[in-house]
Amino acid sequence: MIGILLIKIVLALIWFFVLTLYLTWLERKESAVIQDRIGANRASIFGLRLFGLFQPIADAIKMFFKEDFVPPFSNKFLHTLAPFISFFFVAVTIAAMPFGEDITIAGKTISLQIYDANIGLLFVLAMLSLGIYGIILSGWASNNRYALLGGMRGAAQLISYEVALGLSLVGLIMVYPSLRLSEIVRAQGQLLFGFLPKWGVFLQPFGFILFLFAALAETKRVPFDLPEGESEIIGFFAEYGGLKWGLFMFTDFMEIVIVSTLLTTLFFGGWQVPWLSAGGFLFPWGGQWVLPSWLVTVFQIIAFNVKVIFFCWLQILIRWTYPRMRYDQLMDLGWKLLVPLGLLNILGTGILLSL
Amino acid sequence: MFKALGYFWELIKGTLITARHFVVNMVFHTLNFVGIRTKRRGAVTIQYPERKKELAARHRSLHRLMKREDGKPRCVACMLCATACPSECIYIEAAEDPDAEIQKVPATFIIDLNRCCFCGFCVEACPEDAIRMDTGVIDIAQYTHDDLVYDLDKLLK
Repeated sequence: MIGILLIKIVLALIWFFVLTLYLTWLERKESAVIQDRIGANRASIFGLRLFGLFQPIADAIKMFFKEDFVPPFSNKFLHTLAPFISFFFVAVTIAAMPFGEDITIAGKTISLQIYDANIGLLFVLAMLSLGIYGIILSGWASNNRYALLGGMRGAAQLISYEVALGLSLVGLIMVYPSLRLSEIVRAQGQLLFGFLPKWGVFLQPFGFILFLFAALAETKRVPFDLPEGESEIIGFFAEYGGLKWGLFMFTDFMEIVIVSTLLTTLFFGGWQVPWLSAGGFLFPWGGQWVLPSWLVTVFQIIAFNVKVIFFCWLQILIRWTYPRMRYDQLMDLGWKLLVPLGLLNILGTGILLSL
Repeated sequence: MFKALGYFWELIKGTLITARHFVVNMVFHTLNFVGIRTKRRGAVTIQYPERKKELAARHRSLHRLMKREDGKPRCVACMLCATACPSECIYIEAAEDPDAEIQKVPATFIIDLNRCCFCGFCVEACPEDAIRMDTGVIDIAQYTHDDLVYDLDKLLK
């Protein structure tokens, strides 16, 4: 069992890191296409460019060979620790994500999930919250006022939006009475009115929008990038360079993947393909398409990946569309709009469920 | 709170604009990639070292000195260009010419491109049409400052 677990961990991490690495490529290319440009396409191996697909590797090599600079006035231990804390707490969340239905190989049932906790959703949210420590520590340990300001902004923003994030999901937990992510996904395989997949977005459209806003704020990217503030040059990683800075950047992109996975798992049926069950497709208009079980699993994993990549794409689109909010507007949106609406959503869901 | 709700539709509209740009450009990129030539391209980018934009006829590029029919420079070292130059980057030393028609030629003619601001005043000032800025050379960057000091031989090329 340990061997299978290790294989699962390695595969999940490879999936996670490769997707994150190529998200940087997607970000460059997508922003370029949106702005009628071409984007990074010069990195080549033996003259082979492949639309700049080697660019992330070139970036990584560049960061590896940069000087690992720790400012003399900083707290060296915490300064080094902070990016790793940030990185670790985002990286572990992948453990709770269900990639597909259980598969049976040689009589053994293997769930395509590393850690099927009964508090899976709380685990993910808790780990994402703990990532705040990396931000506030990096700001404080840099011993730089601007970095500290960035860290404080980041901590205040993330803690504020943590409330909205949690409240937006309560309605969902009430509808699928479970916190176990695999069970939430299984419940979404059923049909609503006989034809509509019972996805979270159809049951909780309001909760979906609230979660999308709160999750975007959690990723600390452009409409909500106050902790970083590229143009004002105050960021919690103002005193970082080279690989450590790269780790913060990588964490940012990993958060995008995690938010996309959460959106997929909670609101868009996870690995569920509409009308696909263990035996094959059962269309609501009466058609049927019988499939072998391995093909069903392949379909499910492909569906999961397509959904995740779509939401990554959507988040990058949002990042390249909106200007940054002012800090008071950010706090207003969090506390005066998302939190009350989240509470209203819980109330409405409760009333509907008790009918 | 309700004001923010009013912005919601505008947010969606903004996203739709960028999404439209993405989809339209991707369609043209894909068509061009599979070999179908379209009038419109997916991007306005010109891939510079491989493809160069055609310069306008009046574009001011690297200077050159014109020659007479016998190969000598047209310049008569009248110093008008050096006087007109706002960056003071032209240095001329005159010499005597045996030909009574010409009388004066430049012994040295140096344009220091480190200082040149490519205003074109030297071309305007020249009564002999000896200096022009129509070579079309725009990639004149060098590794050292000395390489950017152009003397008579280089300018006559």
